[in-house]
Amino acid sequence: MSVAILKQGDHLIASIQSALRDHEVLELRDELADRVGRLRARGIVIDVTALDVIDSFVARSLRTIALTAKLRGAETVIVGIQPEVAVAMVQFRLNLEPLHTALDLEEGLELLTSLTEQPPLRP
Amino acid sequence: MMESESQSLRDSSAPMGVGEASLEELVGYLREKRPELRERWAARISQANLLGVMSEDEIFSEVTAVYDNYVDALETGSVETLQAYARDLSDRIIRRGVETHEVLGIVLLLRDVLARELFVRYQSDPDQLGRVLDIYEPAANRVAVTVGVSFVEQRERIIREQQAAIRELSTPVLQVRDRLLILPIIGGLDSQRARQLTQQLLSAIRESRARMVVIDITGVGMIDLTVANHLVQTVEAARLMGARAIITGLSSEVAQTLVDLGVDLSMMQTVGDLQGGLEEAERLLGYTVIRVEDRSGASER
Repeated sequence: MSVAILKQGDHLIASIQSALRDHEVLELRDELADRVGRLRARGIVIDVTALDVIDSFVARSLRTIALTAKLRGAETVIVGIQPEVAVAMVQFRLNLEPLHTALDLEEGLELLTSLTEQPPLRP
Repeated sequence: MMESESQSLRDSSAPMGVGEASLEELVGYLREKRPELRERWAARISQANLLGVMSEDEIFSEVTAVYDNYVDALETGSVETLQAYARDLSDRIIRRGVETHEVLGIVLLLRDVLARELFVRYQSDPDQLGRVLDIYEPAANRVAVTVGVSFVEQRERIIREQQAAIRELSTPVLQVRDRLLILPIIGGLDSQRARQLTQQLLSAIRESRARMVVIDITGVGMIDLTVANHLVQTVEAARLMGARAIITGLSSEVAQTLVDLGVDLSMMQTVGDLQGGLEEAERLLGYTVIRVEDRSGASER
């Protein structure tokens, strides 16, 4: 599979390296769902910088991944959507609601940290 | 009118063989009478109050050049030189505000001046007059069309250039704070401009790593369904790139139209004016703006 899944603290980083075939998307989905539980991750960043196209199948799968992860206790942020890809997705009404998106990996991790930050218990 | 003109254009090649001699004679005659006819043409131009923006001397020198080009075009049947000259001339006079009707008027005046001269010369010999006019008319029409079309084409080219310039100028994406962009939209929005605007905004978001964008549409007078949808798409595309957009400055007409059109605005965050939008964006980015005088008071709190 051409997706590297790295663990960074509480977060998982899935970096997509090239265009994905449908079965690879499904593998990614299962792999992430599995690891979120196993590694007790609190957040996932999926980096799609390398994708020139995000079709309805990939968009739906990203949504499924995020919703599944949410049920297992982790937030998901999609990062690195290119301007042309964003325009195309919007035209095809693939708006990824209610997913979180960020510009790049750095921003994504920052957003995840703020999303998963637990407010300190007040006495 | 159009039909008869194109008819004679098509015929222009046919009678050439018949009247080679007549053509030669015609051209020779026009060259011979050049000073007089040129004078008469210039006088007709001033009489008709054409080319008001140019001085007599300027008119006369252009008249001379056009006259010579005109006769050359009659002689050779090739309008290329004349066309090049007409383009160049148009380029110079369009910027001074010369109108299409003036250019057409001038060329038709020359045609009239020459035609009348031919009538006078050949009035005693109707057959010869007929032959000369057979040659003269199609060629003259062709020349008139060439000059007119060159002028209009040149004018359209200038208009296109200016439109492109206005389009470029009117959609600047400005950074007001770190991570905060504003996009003031002024003037009408059509689909093409909306698309271009989206692209500009998205690349600006990527370059400046913006998190918030304030899109101000105070300067947009009217909005239709297509444009409204473009706006929604721009906001969504910005969101996909991790930037939140706030729309400000919706006039009451625009707001009314959007509601009447039933555009889904649940995605869009709107604030009344640009100031409010900027304040909201700053708040979301974690900035607070405090007046210097108030600072001591604020820190005591």
